[in-house]
Amino acid sequence: MRAFSYVRAASAAEAVSQYRPGAAYLGGGTNLVDLMRLGVAAPDRVIDVTRATGDAITEGGAGELRIGAGVRNSDLANHPIVRERYPLLARAVLGGASGQIRNIATVAGNLLQRTRCPYFQDVAMPCNKRVPGSGCQATAPGAETGNMAILGHTPFCVATHPSDMAVALTALGAHVHVTGPDGGRVIAMPGLHRLPDGMPERDTVLNPGELITEVELPPPPPGRSAYRKVRERASFAFALVSLAAVLDTGPDGLVRDCRLALGGVAHAPWRAQAAERGTLGLPATPETFARAAGEELRHARPLPGNEYKVTLARNLIVAVLGELAP
Amino acid sequence: MENTQVSRVTLIVNGEPRATMIDNRMSVLDLLREKLGLTGSKKGCDHGQCGACTVLIDGRRANACLALAVAHDGADIRTVEGLADGAMLHPLQEAFIRHDAFQCGYCTPGQLCSAAGMLAEPGPSAVTDDLTADPALTPGEIRERMSGNLCRCGAYVNIVKAIGVVAGGEGGPA
Repeated sequence: MRAFSYVRAASAAEAVSQYRPGAAYLGGGTNLVDLMRLGVAAPDRVIDVTRATGDAITEGGAGELRIGAGVRNSDLANHPIVRERYPLLARAVLGGASGQIRNIATVAGNLLQRTRCPYFQDVAMPCNKRVPGSGCQATAPGAETGNMAILGHTPFCVATHPSDMAVALTALGAHVHVTGPDGGRVIAMPGLHRLPDGMPERDTVLNPGELITEVELPPPPPGRSAYRKVRERASFAFALVSLAAVLDTGPDGLVRDCRLALGGVAHAPWRAQAAERGTLGLPATPETFARAAGEELRHARPLPGNEYKVTLARNLIVAVLGELAP
Repeated sequence: MENTQVSRVTLIVNGEPRATMIDNRMSVLDLLREKLGLTGSKKGCDHGQCGACTVLIDGRRANACLALAVAHDGADIRTVEGLADGAMLHPLQEAFIRHDAFQCGYCTPGQLCSAAGMLAEPGPSAVTDDLTADPALTPGEIRERMSGNLCRCGAYVNIVKAIGVVAGGEGGPA
């Protein structure tokens, strides 16, 4: 691991003022410290922001929920308001990582964990994300593609964003508050995470030195919701495919609102807007859901070896919406 | 000029303040094992995936391998060496012995600290049906909550049993 200096910031403003190229913000460290140990990340200055941003969850005047960037994942999932009004979010957080890691990992750190694949984590391999222009081992013949992207990828990068929480926040339409050298701004989700295009080294739209201070949830959408995660073992594994879904139907049985976000399929949490549109105003039936899922997944471009994800994502949408329908 | 890359930190380890000079790269795990001679906490994977290094940091279970010591100046750390009360073993330690909850023993310190932290953690888990209620610690709940601790000997059946006995009270149902 590269040697680094350590700064503990007492406020977001102090953290930003301490930032300079080559520095990294440290939250819980569950991803960053691991990447530093692997040699994938090599900051020469680490700015500890665990005391710089809020660690409280508060209700706002307009029915929104404000979640401090430093809130630990376990505290988020266990908060009474989240458990009661945003079960989709609680389920997603509880489905991620282990009890130990959820106790350390922060909300902002979860969002900003790297989009990654095994070749990104192996410094002996070429990787456009780790070393721009060096190539992509994940698209080389014989590569292990089982958990790579099927949507929105480019020849430069086929890695996936592994967060469960971010998938739920994408379905819920969260707003991410950031501050930085050029002031503050608010970024709507989806919109924080990028697709790889020709610059896979950038996972998010954040500029150097920008720091997440808060995640704001709008009032919960009407309807029923669910988070379903398919993985290779029952616990403590990344999703092969996950789905955050919200479905609202009228007394006539027609779909009034539908929100779908997929995890494990792309470089960013994937809001399935074509599938959502494909359900609106139609009867909440398996036929409707199957057609809508097809609308989304006809854009899928699986790699040799991960074709199963297309079927899995389609079946997940149909099954979960079927359970949410009246 | 860049700031220094070493720091002086004081961690409260098993109730005692321990001041030491460290390289900023040092994990809490390496500090415990290499600087303080507390080798109960084990280094399994050093990536947060196996749980052998689990300790209680400010009362909450955490992977000591992912925790930078410099970021935990002033923190309260409890390791497996601090679970017993003098000669009196922690109820989890007693239960692990009584129910044969280990074979080689390498993962056991992490299992014990993780279980101690887990028993104090309220709220639902990924397998809880009703998110608004605090569920009983059934074997299924214990397995899910302990999934961050691997046992390569496969002693899981008796680990779950031992934790269940403690969760249900002395001599209670597993």
